[in-house]
Amino acid sequence: MMPFYVPPEQLMKDRAEFARKGIARGKSLVAVQYLGGILILGENPSGTLQKISEIYDRVAFAGVGKYNEFEQLRIGGIRRADLTGYAYSREDVTAKSLANAYAQTLGHIFTQDIKPYEVEIMVAEVADDPADDHIFRITYDGTLYDERRFSAIGGAADALMSHLAASHREGAPLDEAIGWAKAACTAVIDENGPVGWEAAVVERTERRRAFRRLDHSVIG
Amino acid sequence: MPREAITPAESFTALLRSRGVDPRWDLPTGVSAREAPEGTTVLAFRYADGVVMAGDRRATAGNVIAHRRIQKVFPADRFSAVAISGTAGIAIELVRLFQTELEHYEKLEGRRLTLVGKANHLAAMVRGHLPMAFQGLVVIPIFCGYDEQEHIGRLYSYDVVGGSYEETDYATEGSGGRDARLFLRTAFTPDLGAEAAIDLAVAALVAAAEEDTGTGGPDLRREIYPNVATVSASGYAEVAEERVAAAARHAMERSS
Repeated sequence: MMPFYVPPEQLMKDRAEFARKGIARGKSLVAVQYLGGILILGENPSGTLQKISEIYDRVAFAGVGKYNEFEQLRIGGIRRADLTGYAYSREDVTAKSLANAYAQTLGHIFTQDIKPYEVEIMVAEVADDPADDHIFRITYDGTLYDERRFSAIGGAADALMSHLAASHREGAPLDEAIGWAKAACTAVIDENGPVGWEAAVVERTERRRAFRRLDHSVIG
Repeated sequence: MPREAITPAESFTALLRSRGVDPRWDLPTGVSAREAPEGTTVLAFRYADGVVMAGDRRATAGNVIAHRRIQKVFPADRFSAVAISGTAGIAIELVRLFQTELEHYEKLEGRRLTLVGKANHLAAMVRGHLPMAFQGLVVIPIFCGYDEQEHIGRLYSYDVVGGSYEETDYATEGSGGRDARLFLRTAFTPDLGAEAAIDLAVAALVAAAEEDTGTGGPDLRREIYPNVATVSASGYAEVAEERVAAAARHAMERSS
């Protein structure tokens, strides 16, 4: 039997719409560069199912959308990073290489699989010099964005970005960055206000592992 | 990449095996490599705040000094440490793999393994290299850490077949291990303070170096001193070289 012909434009449009709808159902996340590193913050009612995670010494991961799908990407990223670091050296693990791998994977799934992943993810890397910090954003179709100073993922990403663009200031301390991030998130929540926050930082530090979760006494 | 993630918390070694790049812990039959450099004396014992661990810096190949500044005491993760004796090259690879295993698990699961879990995992790794041990390339570690559940320091010794034994007071390993143990038997008291524990660890290594040619004593001329580390409620901490040097000078004055 001949399959029905569907023009590729229509196919991609349908898939993109499906993925976007799925992502819009979940909460969004923001990343903000501050003096001592990069902050990632978002609303998360669950204290156990986390969206932000450590990937390697100076690299963090964050995902929004369907939990099982970005969790799979998180695990894949940790495996890739640990394999690279073990086979070569710890300095050879970079956010750029990881973000590229994610872009390839998501791009492949978007065109080849039955359904695209309903996720958007972020890879952040802190460096000794703030000018060398990286924030990469990868969308459901594998498009890779190299962001400066701040970024956002999720259904409300565009609105969050314009909020952050208005408030961001170079070289601000952590508490100020938490303030902007929370203000931006609160502004896009249309219901009864936030129910719980999840936040973590990758810090410019002498420690080998720069990732640190922030507890409620710090987030407020 | 994502499709291989079906089994979470799979060990890093299993991941290496799935890619065909896991380290081989055996040699072809009939081959032995007895002249590979060997690390010698390491020790660990409990003190008031946790555990102290120390090792000399010498590696020997037969009767030749192969390295003077080798490191035998390593952090395993934030709350544990591992010291190695035996074939240096293999031991260092074993430590690197063990460190990666612990961190890999911690990142995937969002929590650290329990101290007993870490000790058992190391036992399996030692057992895994048994074929190589029979061919003369023996590696025997000591493992110690701070138990975050029980709030005490604990230490484990191993044998060549991967047997893991929890020790209550102290453990030593390597060619000078017997001499270090004899020294600790007379000088060790439970609940030593941190400073006294550092002094005792260095003194035991100095005593071992007096009796055993494989063990390198502190070398004041080249400024080579033992590696000493503590693991307590605040985590793994390497003792500063100046502090170890002071302990070494004191111990050598007393023994001469």
